[in-house]
Amino acid sequence: MGQFTLNINGTTKQVKVENDTPLLWVLRDHLKLKGTKFGCGIAECGACTVHVDGKAERSCSIPVSQLHGKAITTIEGLSEDGTHPVQKAWLQHDVAQCGYCQAGQIMSASALLAKNPKPNDEEITEAMNGNICRCGTYVRIKKAIKTATNL
Amino acid sequence: MTKIKTTYNRRSFLKVSAAAGGGLVLGFGLLNSCDPAKTTAIDYPLELPKNWFNLSGFIKIGENGVVTIMSPNPEIGQNVKTAMPMIVAEELDVNWKKVVVEQAGLDTNTFTRQVAGGSQSIRKSWKGLRIAGATVRNMLMQAAALKWGVPLEEVSTLSGTIHHKASNRSLGFGEVASEAATLKVPEEVTLKDIKDFSIIGNPTKNVDGKGIVTGKPLFGMDYEEEGMLYATVIHPPQFGSGIDSFNQDEVSKLLGITSVFKLEIDYSSAPKWQQKAFAKNNMIVVVGNSTWEVFKAARQLKVQWKIPSKIENTTNDKERLTALLEDKNIKPVRKDGDVEKAFQKSTKIIESTYSAPFLPHNPMAPMNFFADVTADKARFVGPIQTPEVALGMLTDILKLPKEKIEIQLTRIGGGFGRRLYGNFVVEAGLISQKIGKPIKLIYSREEDMSYGPFRPTYKIFYKAALSKANELTAFKVKGAGSQGSPVWPDRFPAGTVDNFLAEHRKMPSTIATGAWRAPKSNFTAGVEQAFLDEVAEAADKDPIDFRIELFKKAETNPVGDKNDYDPKRYRGVLELIREKSNWDRKQKGLFRGVAAYFCHNSYVAQVVDIKMVNDTPKVVKVWNAVDCGVVVNPEGAKNQIEGGVIDGLGTAMFGEVTFNNGYISKRNFDDYKLIRQKDAPLEIETFFVENNIDPTGLGEPSLPPVIGALANALYQATGKRYYNQPFNFTKNSFF
Ligand code: FES
Ligand code: FES
Repeated sequence: MGQFTLNINGTTKQVKVENDTPLLWVLRDHLKLKGTKFGCGIAECGACTVHVDGKAERSCSIPVSQLHGKAITTIEGLSEDGTHPVQKAWLQHDVAQCGYCQAGQIMSASALLAKNPKPNDEEITEAMNGNICRCGTYVRIKKAIKTATNL
Repeated sequence: MTKIKTTYNRRSFLKVSAAAGGGLVLGFGLLNSCDPAKTTAIDYPLELPKNWFNLSGFIKIGENGVVTIMSPNPEIGQNVKTAMPMIVAEELDVNWKKVVVEQAGLDTNTFTRQVAGGSQSIRKSWKGLRIAGATVRNMLMQAAALKWGVPLEEVSTLSGTIHHKASNRSLGFGEVASEAATLKVPEEVTLKDIKDFSIIGNPTKNVDGKGIVTGKPLFGMDYEEEGMLYATVIHPPQFGSGIDSFNQDEVSKLLGITSVFKLEIDYSSAPKWQQKAFAKNNMIVVVGNSTWEVFKAARQLKVQWKIPSKIENTTNDKERLTALLEDKNIKPVRKDGDVEKAFQKSTKIIESTYSAPFLPHNPMAPMNFFADVTADKARFVGPIQTPEVALGMLTDILKLPKEKIEIQLTRIGGGFGRRLYGNFVVEAGLISQKIGKPIKLIYSREEDMSYGPFRPTYKIFYKAALSKANELTAFKVKGAGSQGSPVWPDRFPAGTVDNFLAEHRKMPSTIATGAWRAPKSNFTAGVEQAFLDEVAEAADKDPIDFRIELFKKAETNPVGDKNDYDPKRYRGVLELIREKSNWDRKQKGLFRGVAAYFCHNSYVAQVVDIKMVNDTPKVVKVWNAVDCGVVVNPEGAKNQIEGGVIDGLGTAMFGEVTFNNGYISKRNFDDYKLIRQKDAPLEIETFFVENNIDPTGLGEPSLPPVIGALANALYQATGKRYYNQPFNFTKNSFF
């Protein structure tokens, strides 16, 4: 058991958990931020994607002890009211079906656009390949990312 | 305009029966003012009213004209939470922007068939939902007519407002809602003409869209309550196994763990079709303070499992299926003419055998449910496709009366058939009952993938005969599958050929099987459409021409009278796909396959386009032509088609689990390959046939045929026929 100070969505949070607790479960069970989803627990599906210092990372596979001094952004902190260009584009293309994977998709897409504002098709595919969508929304995801580059 | 009866009894309860057999019963409460705090308008920046006037089980109207429409059926991504309220709103004649949609809980007094399954939500509720909207509209008009002292016939509505033209007066729905709620339910109401629809047929965004993209806690997995504990379960790794002993004391002492125990469930009172899925009825339960702690503790379990009396191997299953197909005792299920004689007289014979493996459902959200069971009542919250069936099982197993069990429905993180089987709801209930605390049960992905039930493994043999003039003279299909047959005796091409024989056998198996998106069709459509491609080639005919000829025959001169499809609508989607995809214009380097299928009451024709990139096939585009009658929400409908296409392609390319000595081969996404962005088609385009036929569902119909269209395109690209699923490209090759 350890006491950890985390910087999440611009605010400082304290949690008391075991050192090996993955960020995913700290967010969901301890900080009640339910937007980040559990899909596989082994960094294979992308449902749990968050930004750590601006990079898309799988929160199910990062122990809380490795996050000291890092800035974490979750879907709840991506924008105040759902107005990040990627979120807007997602609504415009009505991307979601069941919706369960979409927070992870959006976090991967927004991390991509932050470092590469005009990605080409291959770059989009490459960046999004780690995010599974069991409902099969892939074609709209690609369209929405292209729309977001112009928003 | 159609006048339609609303029959009701003296106690002022409206009973509405949908013609298609589903039926809806609407309880009409009188003037209920509801607590507005309970309603959250996540998606609409609307100012919520202070009072709600409850005008039926479906509709609440606020004094400011904001309307809440309840969505009765579970939402698994098939978008009924948007489409069903659209139908009510259309007949109510309200501005869609003023509508708040709320998910109804299980309420057997107000609704019937609160099920997500078989692509039937829209089809079975179409009439009932329209009557619900029209009835409330009529009552609002009556209230206004009374207020103004004018005859009802002089009153009309437009988008949430009631008008009296002669005196140029108008009132908002909210201004008369309280009076309307005291009126008698009309015996007859008028439905709109389809040509006057303004909401139905309008591309409409998912009502939960904003909640989804901002990470709101919409899913069962997100639900929690103060004081709740977390639980996970470990089932035996082999079917038919049980628990001999395990290190209960050791694991109980782990940090954050509150209890560890064995649980065995007696499902004997459950419906047979559910029991079949619940072969693993014993388990070890780990309860604790957080998900991570229970997951981690579950990994520390050292269990001595009992050795099952029967151990199944997939390799043996393949041989057993072949033996069944060759068995003389195979059972005929349809026979027209005499196929054997026709084979003897034919000029050409084409025959092939196709197979497919077991499949897990793998919804994105692993099984989970919240339960709070006390001595005299129980409350459940979570994702289930069949809440009413779950309620029945809970009543028997928890030994509580129905009225004491409440089931609230959340958004569902994918179903694909898995959540038709509510074992996880029963497990959650028993765990909570045993420890006397509210709990949330969560499966790990490994448990989710290995529990089952699985899509059965199947094998089909086809044989067709052509005459000298290259006409199809005989068609034979023999099919077998684990715990069920894949054969549909009365579907196409039955009815189009004089000599037809369908036979099937069931293979006994210990592996639990159940419905998987588009049951049976998910195999049969693809292989039948691949076989027809072989037959068309042997007949030296274009594959679309070949099929159209058959349908024309079934239109004018059908064989038998039990054929379960409309050949004209079938032909319609093929003609539409031919035109839209420019089928007749050949392009260099583009390899195309076509397929068409009818299932779940809808018709879909597809063309898959492939290009070869460094000798690897890549699906560049999938074209769809769909006839599902009236398209309620074109945007949601197109999304359903796309989702089914991608699921079908992924299943054909990669989907497979095997069992070795009874152990499943894959338990998580490192082993189990699901279709990803790299494998997905670059483009999908969908065209709907326009007609006024009552709507049918779209959650399933685009999946089955695309497997055949893919196989046929691959044949064009590689010169090879693909008989066994998955088509087996290496795990990470892009396609
Ligand atoms: S839950 Fe983290 S990648 Fe799947
Ligand atoms: S929308 Fe359901 S998993 Fe992606």
